[in-house]
Amino acid sequence: MSQIHPLTLFFAAIFTNNILLTNFLGLCPFLSISREKKSALGMGAAVVFVMTTTTALNNLIYYKILVPLKLEHFRFIVFIVVIAAFVQLVEMIVERFFPPLYYVLGIFLPLITVNCAIFGASLFMVIRKYAFFQSLAYGAGSGIGWMVAIISISAIREKLQKTSKLPRGLEGPAITLIITGLLALAFLAFSGMIRVQ
Amino acid sequence: MPNLPSKKEIFLTGLWKDNPVLRQILGICSTLAVTNLMVNTLVMDAGLIFTVCMSSLTVSLLRKYTPMRIRMMVQTLIIASYVIIVDIMIKAYLPDISEALGPYVALIITNCIIMGRAEAFARHNPPLASLLDGLGMSLGYSLVLMAIAFVREPLGFGTLLGFSIMPEGFVQWTIMITAPGAFFTLGIMVWIMKYFRPQPVEEKK
Repeated sequence: MSQIHPLTLFFAAIFTNNILLTNFLGLCPFLSISREKKSALGMGAAVVFVMTTTTALNNLIYYKILVPLKLEHFRFIVFIVVIAAFVQLVEMIVERFFPPLYYVLGIFLPLITVNCAIFGASLFMVIRKYAFFQSLAYGAGSGIGWMVAIISISAIREKLQKTSKLPRGLEGPAITLIITGLLALAFLAFSGMIRVQ
Repeated sequence: MPNLPSKKEIFLTGLWKDNPVLRQILGICSTLAVTNLMVNTLVMDAGLIFTVCMSSLTVSLLRKYTPMRIRMMVQTLIIASYVIIVDIMIKAYLPDISEALGPYVALIITNCIIMGRAEAFARHNPPLASLLDGLGMSLGYSLVLMAIAFVREPLGFGTLLGFSIMPEGFVQWTIMITAPGAFFTLGIMVWIMKYFRPQPVEEKK
C-alpha cells in the first residue's frame, strides 16, 4: 500500500496528475462535448460523481472479493460491469427522484460507461495499490480534474468560435487538440509541487 | 443485404478513407499515451488488431442470437474477454513492456473503435466482412499510432526502436515525450489530413 495522504492525492489528481492532460484518458467525450460550456458542465458533474463512487466501489470489490478468491485477472470484466450497472442505477434513481438534475445530467450518463477515464481511474487504483480512502480521494480528484479541463477547453472554444478565423482544416478537432496541448503545457507547470506515483 | 460493398472496399475504408483516428477522431486516448516509444506502440497495435478482429468476428457470429436490448453489455463482455487474453499474453512474454503500458492494455476495452465497429458494422454484417472491416480499421489505427511514434521518439529521445538515429549533439525535445507533445503532434496530423481532404459530412453535424 502506498502511504500518501488522501488529501495530497486529491490535489495531485487535479493538478499534477490530471487524468486527461497527463494520462490522456477520456479524450473522446472531451473532444465531442466541449463545444458549449453548458454541456461541458453537465458532463463534468456526471463524471465527478460516477468516478468518485465507482473508484471507491471497485476498490472494495477488488480487495474484498477478487483478491481473496484469486480472480484478479477478471478485474477488467468486473470493473466494467460495475461501472455500467452503477451508471444504469444512478440514471434510474435520478430520473425517478430528482427530475431537475436529470435534465442536466440525463443525456450524459449513458455516455459515461464508455468514458475511458472512469475505467482508467479504477485501473490506476489497482496498479498504484491505493487503499480505500486513497481511492475515494483519487477518484474525486480525477473527476474534478477532468471537469476543470473540459470546462476550460469549452470556454476557450466558445470564444474561439466567435472571434477568430481559422485556416482551412484547422477548425474542429485539430485546433481543440492543439489548445489541449497548450493547456497540458500550462498544467505541466504544476508538476514538481506534489510528487505522486 | 443490398449493394454490400466489396471486400476490398471494406478493408480500404478502414485503412485510409475513414481512418478511425484521423477522420473519426476515435480511440485517441491510447493513441497518445503509448506513442512516446515505438516498441510500446508496436505491442499496443498488435494487441488492438487482435482484439478488434476477434471481437468483430464474434459479435458478427452472435448477431442473430443477441437480444437488442442487452447488446451493449454482450459486446462489452466479448471485448473484455479478448482483452484479458491479450493482457495475460503480454504479461507472460513481455513483462517489461507490460509494466510500461500500465493500464493502457486494459483500456483497449473502452477504446471507442472496437465498440464503434461492433455497433456500426459487425452486428449487421456477415462474419468475414466484419473481420475484414475490423482488420482495416485496426490497421489504419496502427498506422497512425506508428506515424505519431515516428515523430515523437526521434525528437524526444533521439532514438528509434531504441537505436540512436539523431546526429551527434542533438538536443532532445523533452516536450515531445510529455503530454503536450502528443497533443500537438496529433493536432497537426489531423489538420494536415483535413486540409487535403475536407469532409463535408462534418459540417452538417
